[in-house]
Amino acid sequence: MKLPLSWIRDYVDIKISPEELAMKLTFAGLEVEQMEYIGLPRPAGSRATGERPELAWDRDKIFVGEILEVKQHPNADRLTLVRVDASRGADAPIEMVTGAPNIKVGGSGYKVALALEGSRLYDGHKPGWELATLKKSKIRGIESGSMVCSEKELAISDEHEGIILLPDDAPVGTPLADYLGDIVLDIKINPNMARCASVIGIAREIAALTGAKLKPVPQKMIAQGAPIEDQVKIVIKNAELNPRFTAALIRGIEIKPSPFWMQRRLLMAGMRPISNIVDATNYIMIEVGQPLHAFDYDKLVARAAGSPPTIITRLAEPGEVLETLDGVKHKLDPFNILVCDTRGSLSIGGIMGGAESEVDANTKNVLLEAAAWEYINIRRTMASQKIASEAGYRFSRGVHPAQASVGLKRAIELMRELGGGEIAKGIIDEYPNKPKKIVINLPVVEVKRQLGVEIPAKQIVKMLEALEFKIQNSKFKGKHATRNTQHATVLRVTVPDHRLDVDGTDDLVEEIARMYGYENIPISRMDDELPPQRANVDLEQEEYVRDLLVDAGLQDVVTYRFTTPEREALLTIPGSPRPAIPQREYVRIENAISADRSVLRQSLIPNLLDLTAANLRYRPRVAVFEIGPVFWMRGADDALLPREVATELPEDKGIRLPLERRRLAIVLTGARGEIAWQGADTTPVDFYDLKGVVETLLAGLHLTNASFVASSNPLFHPGRGAQVKVGDVVIGEFGELHPVVRDAERFDLPAQAVLVGEFDLDALFACVTAAYKTTALSRYPGVAQDLALIVDENVPADRVHALIAQTGGALLQRATLFDVYRGDQIAQGKKSLAYALTFQSADRTLSDADASKVREKIVARLKREIGAEVRGAG
Amino acid sequence: MINELNALRANALEQLAHVWDDSALEQWRITFLGRSGALAAAMTKLGMLAREERPAAGKLANEVKTALESAFEAKIGAIKQRALSESLESEPLDITLPGRPIQRGRLHPANANLREIYRIWRDMGFQIFLSRETESDEVNFQMLNIPPHHPARDNWSTFYVADTDHRVLLRPHTSPGQIRAMRELGANGTQPVRVILPGMCYRYEQASVRYDIQFNQVEGLAVGRNITFADLKGTLTEFARRAFGERPVRFYADHFPFTEPSAQMDVQCIICNGAGCALCKYTGFLEILGSGMVHPVVLRNGGYDPDEWSGFAFGLGPERIAMLRYSIEDIRYFWGNDLRFLEQF
Repeated sequence: MKLPLSWIRDYVDIKISPEELAMKLTFAGLEVEQMEYIGLPRPAGSRATGERPELAWDRDKIFVGEILEVKQHPNADRLTLVRVDASRGADAPIEMVTGAPNIKVGGSGYKVALALEGSRLYDGHKPGWELATLKKSKIRGIESGSMVCSEKELAISDEHEGIILLPDDAPVGTPLADYLGDIVLDIKINPNMARCASVIGIAREIAALTGAKLKPVPQKMIAQGAPIEDQVKIVIKNAELNPRFTAALIRGIEIKPSPFWMQRRLLMAGMRPISNIVDATNYIMIEVGQPLHAFDYDKLVARAAGSPPTIITRLAEPGEVLETLDGVKHKLDPFNILVCDTRGSLSIGGIMGGAESEVDANTKNVLLEAAAWEYINIRRTMASQKIASEAGYRFSRGVHPAQASVGLKRAIELMRELGGGEIAKGIIDEYPNKPKKIVINLPVVEVKRQLGVEIPAKQIVKMLEALEFKIQNSKFKGKHATRNTQHATVLRVTVPDHRLDVDGTDDLVEEIARMYGYENIPISRMDDELPPQRANVDLEQEEYVRDLLVDAGLQDVVTYRFTTPEREALLTIPGSPRPAIPQREYVRIENAISADRSVLRQSLIPNLLDLTAANLRYRPRVAVFEIGPVFWMRGADDALLPREVATELPEDKGIRLPLERRRLAIVLTGARGEIAWQGADTTPVDFYDLKGVVETLLAGLHLTNASFVASSNPLFHPGRGAQVKVGDVVIGEFGELHPVVRDAERFDLPAQAVLVGEFDLDALFACVTAAYKTTALSRYPGVAQDLALIVDENVPADRVHALIAQTGGALLQRATLFDVYRGDQIAQGKKSLAYALTFQSADRTLSDADASKVREKIVARLKREIGAEVRGAG
Repeated sequence: MINELNALRANALEQLAHVWDDSALEQWRITFLGRSGALAAAMTKLGMLAREERPAAGKLANEVKTALESAFEAKIGAIKQRALSESLESEPLDITLPGRPIQRGRLHPANANLREIYRIWRDMGFQIFLSRETESDEVNFQMLNIPPHHPARDNWSTFYVADTDHRVLLRPHTSPGQIRAMRELGANGTQPVRVILPGMCYRYEQASVRYDIQFNQVEGLAVGRNITFADLKGTLTEFARRAFGERPVRFYADHFPFTEPSAQMDVQCIICNGAGCALCKYTGFLEILGSGMVHPVVLRNGGYDPDEWSGFAFGLGPERIAMLRYSIEDIRYFWGNDLRFLEQF
């Protein structure tokens, strides 16, 4: 909210500098986001952030001047010569040339902004903003050194059509900075500060914060017309939503532009001046915070067929339509509250007037409305009807009903001052739902309990009274008295009738903290009891897996959780016997930000494929993983995990809260290593690269009972996918992405092996045990022997390995497959597997003969069970 | 004979001086020290000498033998030494050639940043509590003192889940975790709680340099029988010191429906140290976190009696802090996953 400081000064004396004031307001919860200096110098160190440049008007060179005479320029039709009185700054009237169209030849008495030679001004003729020093020059033969200024030249606005014409009472000879200079504060109003969305609201805070006195809102109204009671009736049908409706009437006003000072203030506050009557309603809304609405009284009378109108406030009827003054036809909802007369609706209560009864250039008699509306209903209506207005903004945040008459009286009198006419005696005040006075018992000890600082009761009283709370001191015998009898003082606090936000001791403590100053509250370290300590195993395991994968050379990524069902469906080739990811109900976003973010993901893979494709455009290798949740609507057979049961609340019952399950996905593709001058393995990665990562992960988690079985998931290249099991639990699948999926246009991946895997971390972590066994170290040397076998092509390697390990028993320390060979010397349908065996005993030095004995046993077993032959033997 | 031995010695040492490889040395040894070498031949001659000449000649012969043997040993060392120096001097490397590339993985900057925040709060006795990302309106708003249609709801542009009558949403802040943490850990309002609640939040925002539709938040909550606003200031000041070093902080009034009083904490600008710069918009301070004393309604919804218990809560945006610290100009970089960005961390 923008407010000029000069306006605030109408209600409170400000003894501190504007900058200090801005800091005080900011610290008290009214953040001054911007200060706009108009004609006044900005202090060193601060910077203008507005879109228009600022200009400090030289107090010795720029004045209020008076044009004494306007003559035609002898050599130019469109220029005039003006003689300007400058009672300061020059000894005699000075003559200058101007092209301003808003002064007339032969005219005089115009009050203007006069800049003398040497003034720094913006060049009005050049586009943009260019600062120049005013110099003596000849304009079509007439020498001119001074100037009457436009708004642009003074950086007030970008207006350069004419010169500024000041009101007739502008004090000639006064530095313009004193007359027109101002500082506009742009203040952020948090929802709890709705009462401060006005000049009086800010002034009240300043008064409380600086110890100054707040001046009251003028309530005098000179009313000499016929009593209002006979001229209008008000009927409130729903006092819940419309607790109060006040009205005043003025007859015989003259519609005209509002005076210069008022236009200036409205403009500085960000409002466009329209006419004296409309401007008066806006002006008082900004000043007092009470929105007002002006009806053309005669139009109401006409609608009532010449009788005094009856204003009725009520809820909209089914199918009712109202055209607001912005020309929009609203199909109303049944909860929208309307201001009507006997003929029908006039305006949407508290938000916007209707087109039919609005004030226009011919209006003579004005019925002024100041009402109170229930704020939540106003908010609902603004949302459902998609209307925004200054009135709606204020009412939707809460305006206390007590303010209605305050704004009404001030505004109707202002209208009389601006437009003449006669105010009808009295006001109409229908007030069926007067809010109860709120009284709060505040034990003084509560202030210390919350803030941690002892503030004397006297000081608390002073701070609250400054904010217009009424305090009665009372000793309280009861609960609080027993806690600490020395601090048993209880303050009985009555909340002032401009506040809707205070109803408990916590609200009062906040007011006390704001007034005391957050900076004055000491700093302490908690000396409270330490809570019971618990480990967060879920998180620790997740972070550990991150470390394992980072150590394996993979980049950790985080992608958007949003996707579309169509995109995830691309993972399944049409016609596949089963889907690539299980079919579950998506968590659909009702108000999706875009069509490609319509649901929450059920798989991490599509996002990883997208980022892989994007990154492959400028690098040969991508190796990434993501750990994060996937989401779906809970189905009938989805059991909750222990961690989900632990955080479930009774309040969650009956609410369809989606399931959030943790996944790990990995994508590898491209060159295995980076090119380097030393030479490097830059061949493309394959299935076994990803398997190595998976094995590293399983080994890192000390899962010794993991196994790999062929996967039939259509996501994978046939024959190149694996399911990972720990014991009997499937914890995920990985493999080479099916070329048809890879080549889907959406993914835009190059024709190379892309390895993908996705794992269920909840299932994986359930298999992990915190404790695992290590083995003792042997002090005896080991014996190494190689074993090359020829086996049938269809014998899986892990079967061979298992047989070797089983047969080798305790003495076989390690069996490492170091070669797989097919081709020369190996019969068709066979393959050669070569193992490096290490034998070692825990209690003696093994001889070659000992090792060979075990090796022979292994060979015999392999021959017996899988028909393996030792290569090169016979 | 004496002369002969002296000449032998002189000759042998003279020849040895030119020997610089193992085979020549062996040849030299055979020639002079071998079984049928020059010295052995001289020795056999000793027997033929006159009796009175023998002691002197014998002594000399032994001296020559010792001298040649020790010269031989010394030569072995010298040859090794020379070979070593030659090999050390040969083939110097171009140490400016690049080293072999190592395929290194990295944590995502947002995750690395979260870890740092976890570390600080863990050290300060706060445990990490993970809460749901999809939430009910009730826990996300109502139990946090934000009734339906409350004006404060304007501050959270919320994504709603379809087919749930607006009762389920994507959490726009981590604060609903406060309720779940108090309920799970507070044991019906009988145990104190000190947790941080990190995690992804979602807002219906037009994505821009400053705003994205998803972002991490780290909420903090301390509930006890004896916790004050002064503790809030003290604890957050300690956090700021750990996270940003010794620099001034300031607290000022703010508004959140679930805390009262509420406070914003600023830390002196980490770029200009308070002098004023574009980053801090010439204020000298950066907004770091929002905080406040837990509202009685929220305490009650967490199972506590607000007359006996009190607490503070705070929330910070880790990506924002990372942006400040690493001069990241666009928040969308975080989930954009351009590896050129991620590899800078």
